[in-house]
Amino acid sequence: MRDRMWVAYAFMLPVFVVMAVIVLYPLALSIWSSFTDLSRANQATVFRPGSEQFIGLDNYATILTSEEFRGRLGWTTIWTAVNVFFHFTIGMGLALLLNQKFRGRTAYRLVLMLPWAVPAFVSAVAWRYIFNGEYGALNLMLASFGIDGPNWLSDQFWAYVAPIVVNVWLGVPFMMVALLGGMQSIPQELYEAARVDGATRRQTFWNVTVPQLRSVSVAIILLGIIWTFNLFVVIFLTTGGGPGGRTDILVTESFNLFQAGQLAQAATYSVVILSILLIFVAVYQRAFRTEDVAR
Amino acid sequence: MKQPLWERIATHAVLLVASAIALFPLIWVVSASFKNQFDVLSTEIEIIPSEPTLENYEALFNPASATGGYFWNWFGNSVFIAVMTTILSVFLAATAGYALSRYRFRGKRPTTSFFLVSQMFPAVILLVPLFQLLGIQLRLLNTPWALILAYATTAVPFCVLMLRSYFDTLPIELEEAARIDGLGPLGTFWKIVVPLSTPGIAVTAFYAFITAWNEFLFALVFLTQPESFTLPIGVRLFVNQFTQNWGGTMALSVIVTIPVMLFFYVAQRYLISGLSTGGVKG
Repeated sequence: MRDRMWVAYAFMLPVFVVMAVIVLYPLALSIWSSFTDLSRANQATVFRPGSEQFIGLDNYATILTSEEFRGRLGWTTIWTAVNVFFHFTIGMGLALLLNQKFRGRTAYRLVLMLPWAVPAFVSAVAWRYIFNGEYGALNLMLASFGIDGPNWLSDQFWAYVAPIVVNVWLGVPFMMVALLGGMQSIPQELYEAARVDGATRRQTFWNVTVPQLRSVSVAIILLGIIWTFNLFVVIFLTTGGGPGGRTDILVTESFNLFQAGQLAQAATYSVVILSILLIFVAVYQRAFRTEDVAR
Repeated sequence: MKQPLWERIATHAVLLVASAIALFPLIWVVSASFKNQFDVLSTEIEIIPSEPTLENYEALFNPASATGGYFWNWFGNSVFIAVMTTILSVFLAATAGYALSRYRFRGKRPTTSFFLVSQMFPAVILLVPLFQLLGIQLRLLNTPWALILAYATTAVPFCVLMLRSYFDTLPIELEEAARIDGLGPLGTFWKIVVPLSTPGIAVTAFYAFITAWNEFLFALVFLTQPESFTLPIGVRLFVNQFTQNWGGTMALSVIVTIPVMLFFYVAQRYLISGLSTGGVKG
């Protein structure tokens, strides 16, 4: 039909307009301010115009060459990798168990999904209570085995572990439900063929289940990485970045800079985070697409 | 093929342990919400409080309590913001998702990429300029409108992707028949596609609602007066560096969580397929 092109634009128009105003324009401002010395002291208010200066790449130079940024990037990478690893492996294990036929599996599935249904900030606060050094449930349980538990949220080492525990708890159900859905859509004939060929269960898992779950796995691992890399509430509400700002990931650090009024640095941090994710996603998608072609 | 007994026992053992880990923090929250201010700091594990009390719930409504009894303000703000975000996002996203699903047009690929990339935005990248624009220049601090617009920045692209993937699953023949019968593009969309898409639109709407309902970071920055808070920020009043009112925190947490949980059980199946096809597929 001849009308098609402009009809499509007409359908898109409202979104184009709104996105331009509330996303593209602010995004451009944010990128612009990363090239300035914008701060709460010199930004425009209703009483005076802004007096920030263009300073080129100074913010990027300062941040990217700082020891602190590299440390934080390292921790953010570990945080993301460890979380997604456990989300996926534990999710896969539970999905495999739930994919058998036995009484009560619907009940198990509903219970195991619960952490996903709870708002993340509620879970973070609940775990903060559980992790409390004096009256937290975890240390009380450990004490009943005669173990003297640490101050989970302020200890030099355990403050890194505690938010990972919280986020693993939070993130497993999504992967589990997604993988279970994937398993249930594998055609039963493939398993019958494998059995006829005398495959062991291990062989069936590696040669039927795993390849069939490939596309859903590629998708949810990518989503998991993006979400975890940018996840604000868990760190913010459990350790709050402590002890001494050590457990802040890139996103929480950019928020700290914003709160401290260092707006240009906050924007620079955000632009760096987005760039890292964009590069990662491009590499990731290329890696998995080309492999597809090779098969 | 019957499984050996030990395998069935092992399956149940693993699932029981996993279920206990999944459940315990939630049971602990509910339990703490019914404990008095001494038991909540007790060094004994009591799942069922020895002296159960409703004082934490009552304090939410009591103007004389430390948090000012603003519960109905917070609840009303949360509902209003989440509902408005949902309506705005779904209305905007519906036609856009439809265009991306059914039409070919110049600029379609960059548009889709833009929506995908917006899912990767760290929240602070828009926080800096939006605080300046909405908060300072338009003086919308402590109003719901700042948050509705801020939430739309993520909700709209997300809804577009969810709805596009839903429209992709609808057969195109009905629309073609409607066009041959003389219905225009908008009429076809409105009278044929929308009624067929009720489940997809409902799940997308619920998801937008829940995301706004749970949002924490923007609300923390844009809302500074207790009467304008949303429920998630209300929780901050209970636990900060000065006070540790765990009972109150947990009571409010229970109330915030209930609607979210109801939704998840209704929508879980649709949500997964929508997220994994809509969120990533280029």
